Amino acid sequence: MIRVVLPYHLRTLAHAGKEVEVQVEGPATLGSILDALEARYPMLRGTIRDHVTQQRRPFVRFFACEQDWSHEPADTPLPEAVATGAEPFRVVGAMAGG
Amino acid sequence: MSTVRVLVGTRKGAFILTSDGKRERWEVSGPHFAGWEIYHFSGSPADPNRLYASQSTGWFGQQIQRSDDGGKTWSPVDNKFVYDGVVGTHQWYDGTQHPWEFKRVWRLEPSPTDPDMVYAGVEDAALFRSGDGGQTWQELPGLRSAKGHLWQPGAGGMCLHTIILDPSNPHRIIVAISAAGVFRTDDGGQTWRPINHGLKSPYELPDPDAEVGHCVHNLAMHPSRPGVLFMQKHWDVMRSDDGGEMWREISGNLPSDFGFPIAVHAHEPETVYVIPIKSDSEHFPPDGKLRVYRSRTGGNEWEALTRGLPQGDCYVNVLRSAMAVDSLESCGIYFGTTGGQVYASADSGDSWAPIVRDLPAVLSVEVQTLP
Repeated sequence: MIRVVLPYHLRTLAHAGKEVEVQVEGPATLGSILDALEARYPMLRGTIRDHVTQQRRPFVRFFACEQDWSHEPADTPLPEAVATGAEPFRVVGAMAGG
Repeated sequence: MSTVRVLVGTRKGAFILTSDGKRERWEVSGPHFAGWEIYHFSGSPADPNRLYASQSTGWFGQQIQRSDDGGKTWSPVDNKFVYDGVVGTHQWYDGTQHPWEFKRVWRLEPSPTDPDMVYAGVEDAALFRSGDGGQTWQELPGLRSAKGHLWQPGAGGMCLHTIILDPSNPHRIIVAISAAGVFRTDDGGQTWRPINHGLKSPYELPDPDAEVGHCVHNLAMHPSRPGVLFMQKHWDVMRSDDGGEMWREISGNLPSDFGFPIAVHAHEPETVYVIPIKSDSEHFPPDGKLRVYRSRTGGNEWEALTRGLPQGDCYVNVLRSAMAVDSLESCGIYFGTTGGQVYASADSGDSWAPIVRDLPAVLSVEVQTLP
């Protein structure tokens, strides 16, 4: 089970807690985790990445194991600690604006 | 006794203000969707408990929320607004062509007869329609064929902000786009054409006969006279008596012919309301006095309505979707400011009082009159 930490506004939108769990078939990659997250919480489609291009929205970032994965391709494998649930995958809303 | 429900969209959430027909005491519900921008918040005339809200942030994009119980509970519906076919391009600031990019929904206009039918006006400008209560959205692409390659964004973005559904003719829809102009379909949205004859924009458009490019801020129509349209343009208050075929200026004695919203009295089709704003650089009321102007002659002759409104040191703005009227016998007028006040008049504008004073900046105001 993979643990995903959501930012405040996405938690309220998904009616979920700070941390949610998703199941990924196959390797845990950026893309497969987001696919699983959107499958479980369809209201999050379009909020983290664009509906059509699947590009990350500009003010959203991905962190795991103290590393920034935001600029990595969707098929990038994430560390074993994320795949096993020892460490969470964090979706972060950038601190910007008012 | 009737109930009035004022639907307020703000920079940081939605609010529902409810009163009985006296409109003296108000109950405030909200914020709904706290922290999100609510560009528009509207109710279905066919089923007043069916509400739609356009919810967005720069961080997480667009959501559409739907309530089936008058705003007590909400569910997100589809937020996928994909332009039909080849996306195409429009004019960019440097004169080059730029691809259409969806940014947000500015307007949600429910059908007067079908609660599941709702139109969405979006930025970059296009019109979408849902026939299933927002579960899916389809573009009406014919609109962007109406010289869309010449449309260019203004300072507020290239947004489709006004949608008028003709109550006497289900095939006629009129939309306004900033800064492209007014467009009309007479075949239910298949084909569209610009209807901007008579608009003069000499400071923005060197061509005096430009078919598109006019910065239209808002339109209003009285349902009993669908051929008569009123317009607040960037500068100039305008009127058409033939469904937009030709426009003429009715600014008359207004202290500024710039402004954003325009509204028509519920029972007097020749009574029109605007809120003059000083422009271009300042965008606050002239002389620091918040004044609604009313014409009872369909334009040209305007009177200032000031009783109950701040007449000194007032520097708020009133945005294009932030004024609305109820349909009670003594017509109520409502508007919201960028300072977070929502003002109401229960006597056609003669006197005003704030319902609330300290909301986030108000983006939109709509009113439901419930039996």
